[in-house]
Amino acid sequence: MKISRAELEHVAHLARLNLKEEELVRMTGQVDTILAYVAKLDALDTTGIQPTTHAFSIVNAFREDQVTPSLSQEEALANGPQQNGEAFVVPRII
Amino acid sequence: MNPYELTLGQAADHLATKKLSSRELVRSCLDRIEQVEPQIKAFLDVQSEQSLIQADRADERLAWGNAGPLCGIPVSIKDLICTKGITTTCGSRMLENFVPPYDATVIERLKEAGAILIGKVAMDEFAMGSTTESCAFQVPDNPWKSGYVCGGSSGGSAASVAARECMASLGSDTGGSIRQPASLCGVVGLKPTYGRVSRYGLVAFASSLDQIGPLTRDVRDCALMMNVISGYDPRDSTSVQRTVPDYTTALTEGLTGMTIGLPREYFASGLDPEVEQVTMRGVEVLKAAGANVVEVSLPHTDYCLAVYYLIAPAEASSNLARYDGVSYGLRDHKADSLLEMYKESRSRGFGDEVKRRILIGTYALSSGYYDAYYKKASQVRTLILDDFQQAFTRCDLLISPVVPTPAWKIGEKSDDPLALYLSDVLTTPANLAGIPGISVPGGLTASGLPVGIQLQGPHFGEENLLRAAYNLEQGLALPAAWPQLV
Repeated sequence: MKISRAELEHVAHLARLNLKEEELVRMTGQVDTILAYVAKLDALDTTGIQPTTHAFSIVNAFREDQVTPSLSQEEALANGPQQNGEAFVVPRII
Repeated sequence: MNPYELTLGQAADHLATKKLSSRELVRSCLDRIEQVEPQIKAFLDVQSEQSLIQADRADERLAWGNAGPLCGIPVSIKDLICTKGITTTCGSRMLENFVPPYDATVIERLKEAGAILIGKVAMDEFAMGSTTESCAFQVPDNPWKSGYVCGGSSGGSAASVAARECMASLGSDTGGSIRQPASLCGVVGLKPTYGRVSRYGLVAFASSLDQIGPLTRDVRDCALMMNVISGYDPRDSTSVQRTVPDYTTALTEGLTGMTIGLPREYFASGLDPEVEQVTMRGVEVLKAAGANVVEVSLPHTDYCLAVYYLIAPAEASSNLARYDGVSYGLRDHKADSLLEMYKESRSRGFGDEVKRRILIGTYALSSGYYDAYYKKASQVRTLILDDFQQAFTRCDLLISPVVPTPAWKIGEKSDDPLALYLSDVLTTPANLAGIPGISVPGGLTASGLPVGIQLQGPHFGEENLLRAAYNLEQGLALPAAWPQLV
């Protein structure tokens, strides 16, 4: 076993997902199968090899710090599932 | 001949010479959509009224003589590319009601060129899948054989082009999502070099792999679309400052002086014999066109899929953290704490495959496992990149199959995620290496399913790629057959 049910439950919490009992059982098995498959990478010795994060070398994209037109407050809020015309509204935090 | 039967190139010529109006063309495509959609189910949204209004404007511009290269041409758009004022769902309940307040750069470019957005097409949820079965709303049918998958994740794009409901489509390719459905639906699909096409306004899946590209009926149409969508964009920090050639000038006959590599690892066990036959027929065509063919080796090919299924989910788990029910997307209104609101919104909004990949990605990036999974995969990615660089010292392009098999039945692999992942084995390498790849129709199997041939080239090698693809298309001289739908 690469991953236990308890570990998957913890990972689900980290990913902010609630899994139902049935999902938890099924996904533990599926994720375990996938992790067993990707473990084939262990066969390769990668000591001293630099990781690649982007295949094509990219450079920092700088620009002048200038104000340019952007979305209006109304447009920015338009897709908000709960908003009061000025801000997004969320459940009470404190 | 009905206008919808024309290729994009032919339609553009007919529009320019006034043999056809944009209204007639758009009307013809809308009629076609109405006729075949009950079976194909490619479109999530059809812009019937708007596209006719746009068609009339296009006809005015064509009359004045100041029309762009795609003026009056109806195209479909994969539903993860932001279209101002038009719902962009990503095939997910999470974004079912999301209406972008801006256009993606590729959409701006299409509009400037005069193209008409005829509708948004189905896709696997958040582009995660190989069959479009993970779309939360509908599963498109393969136009060539009912009950078979059209591939994915740009399945709606491929199906809409193969069913000739529009002249071309834009898709996105993170691990094969343009080339694989193109192969399974018998259309041309190009994944450009990483950085060639701006991704501003593309909903992110795996940012070091995602690339937008065209799905078209033939190679010339592909070049015409590339001319419009390619180029530097200051709003995408990964887009590359490099001149965009006129890709249609690359479409010349003859490949004298070109060396094509046959990567032996791409012909490993598990390859369907009919798929191998089609590929080898392609090799003969390229030879006949004057190309020199050599065998090459990409020794780490067997590891690509494992690397991909760590890196893509890891990046996805990070990218999809933004769906928290706060500023857009589905929100659970019952939860009384912020944490429960996040969890319930995400759990209700995401489907199985998306949850699975978020879990794998979160695990691979989590404390104690990062080195063993994510870092290891990134190191092997370096070896994969080196393989390609070595191979391209010996040849100009690589030829191979796209998918190890033709299309399979809807539902056949949906209970076994790993079996489905394995169908991406020949397409994920190009994304890991950031190189361009194209799927060109190679013919039909005995049972009538399309099989594509893949060509891959070095970074920014799109011109050679299109030239070889054009020669492949001309040399194979497949009968101009399209699926009989009605």
